[in-house]
Amino acid sequence: MNKLQQAIAMLHEVDSEAGRSGDRSRIHPAARLFVNVLFILLTVSFHKYNMMGLLSMGLYLLITGIWEELSFLKGLKRIRYILFLIALLGMANLFFDRNIIFQFGSMNITGGMISMATLFIKGVFTVYAAYFLLMETGIEGSCAALGSFGIPKGGVTVVLLTYRYLILLLKEVQRMLQAYQLRAPGQKGIHIRAWGSFVGLLLLRTMERGKDVYDSMLLRGYGGEGLWKEAGSRQISSGLSVVYAAAWTLALGALRVFPVFQIAGSLFG
Amino acid sequence: MHMADALIAPAVAGTMYLCSGAAAGYSVKKVRQLSEPEKIPVMGVMGAFVFASQMINFTIPGTGSSGHLCGGMLLSAILGPEAGFLTMIGVLFIQSLLFADGGVLALGANVWNMAFYGCFLGGGIIWKQFMKKGMSGKKIVAASITGCILTLQLGAFSVTLETFFSGITELPFFVFLAAMQPIHLAIGLVEGLITSAVLVFIYEARPEMLWGYHINDSGKGKLSRKKTAAVLALSALIIGGAVSLTASAYPDGLEWSMEKAAGTAELEAEGKLYDKAAGVQEAVALLPDYQFRGKESAAGTSVSGILGAAVVTAVCISGCYALKLFGKRKETELKPEKGKKGHE
Repeated sequence: MNKLQQAIAMLHEVDSEAGRSGDRSRIHPAARLFVNVLFILLTVSFHKYNMMGLLSMGLYLLITGIWEELSFLKGLKRIRYILFLIALLGMANLFFDRNIIFQFGSMNITGGMISMATLFIKGVFTVYAAYFLLMETGIEGSCAALGSFGIPKGGVTVVLLTYRYLILLLKEVQRMLQAYQLRAPGQKGIHIRAWGSFVGLLLLRTMERGKDVYDSMLLRGYGGEGLWKEAGSRQISSGLSVVYAAAWTLALGALRVFPVFQIAGSLFG
Repeated sequence: MHMADALIAPAVAGTMYLCSGAAAGYSVKKVRQLSEPEKIPVMGVMGAFVFASQMINFTIPGTGSSGHLCGGMLLSAILGPEAGFLTMIGVLFIQSLLFADGGVLALGANVWNMAFYGCFLGGGIIWKQFMKKGMSGKKIVAASITGCILTLQLGAFSVTLETFFSGITELPFFVFLAAMQPIHLAIGLVEGLITSAVLVFIYEARPEMLWGYHINDSGKGKLSRKKTAAVLALSALIIGGAVSLTASAYPDGLEWSMEKAAGTAELEAEGKLYDKAAGVQEAVALLPDYQFRGKESAAGTSVSGILGAAVVTAVCISGCYALKLFGKRKETELKPEKGKKGHE
């Protein structure tokens, strides 16, 4: 599957997952956004050598993933987008930080090894958090959350429209690329001679479409209000949302402050 | 260049959110002042366009690799810097959620590194300055390439700074900087070429779509040959005369490799033919080793730089005219004479 097909599949997956009913969708997207951002914030705040503390934050992902019935495998696949930069910076730690922290059998474990591992764990956890947020709320829910946090309407509408028209344009690009490849078999990418005309034509058609979109929005009574409000307010329970946010804030705070794994280990030790 | 959440410290992320938030607040105010409600859907569709077009691989001739479009510069050239900036925020937000390309916490930093420089510096300053006295294809190419290179360099520099202040890697600041800047110089050049190709196409087809275009722009403000020649001559004088003085005294890559392999940077060759060739070179060279004969001075280096630039230019121009003349002759030979039929 190429990049375009993957992107189109991802959009379809988000739309189908985010539309699920039940208790889970009764929580306001703003509460979910708050909890996820708090989780990411606390996760990245761990010291580079505090691997055990960091691992305990994984409990949030484990519970959320099971409760929301989300795929851990699909989430893990997304790490590849940031893997290069993480690997570049993480590998450097191996060479520049050679302080021996402890010994594992006859093997010296250096600070660089631990900091590289924590960097990877942070990368995986934060990617999962963003994936879970998307799958729990969808883009419309995320826009509703942004709106309730006071982000200007114009900005949120742009995000929502970008997402809505993304699938159309991705399919358009796919068609154009297919037509191009049929006329230029075996050629990788777009030839320099067609750079301007290929994307330029797509741009012209896009602008025409933008105008048509605006005209049809006006005909349907658009007056500049946020398009996400309706989508974000279905079946929402304010009480449940507040309890959800408060409970997770306390739990995440506890995971950040107390060495949960060590405490659990000492019970058996 | 997308920063991931794992690579940024909360304090740095917060600072970058504040910086990007201030720029976003300013942009929202400006877009509202323009009072163009039809711009919002166009911004949305343009955001989707940038996202989709970044999925296209553009083959870079002779390298086997491919490049992508520079979103910030392109959006600013069409929507203006403020609307372009808001659109880029939308694109980056969706990228971080949908594809984990960037992160929710690092969004402020990514907006600053990619959207702020691309839209406000690339569009608001560079594009605006180039198009001040009218638009032309050459100016679009120059503005796009200059804009993309500069904005990517600044973006890469910001990534290095943010990583350094986050303290997540032991990689020394200058080592990381030395890895980031040259890569992004090449990427900037390629992105600039792609962006300019698209914008020139738009300029030829629908110039009124470009930001800062006026109806009476057509033909006005094009760089004349004389002006272009004057700018090139001035650049040659500055580079050959002044910048050459700062040239490194250390051996270049080839000399360094030879020194390592053979113990000397200049290999000695023996034989009559070599001696004769060396003699001819000694007699003919006006400024041997970039100096006046028998003297070592800064003036010698400058004069050799300027003279070298002048000689190379003269050779190039003569070569071009010779090729043109040859081409014309060939063309006349192929054309049937007037009054004669092609097939008799």
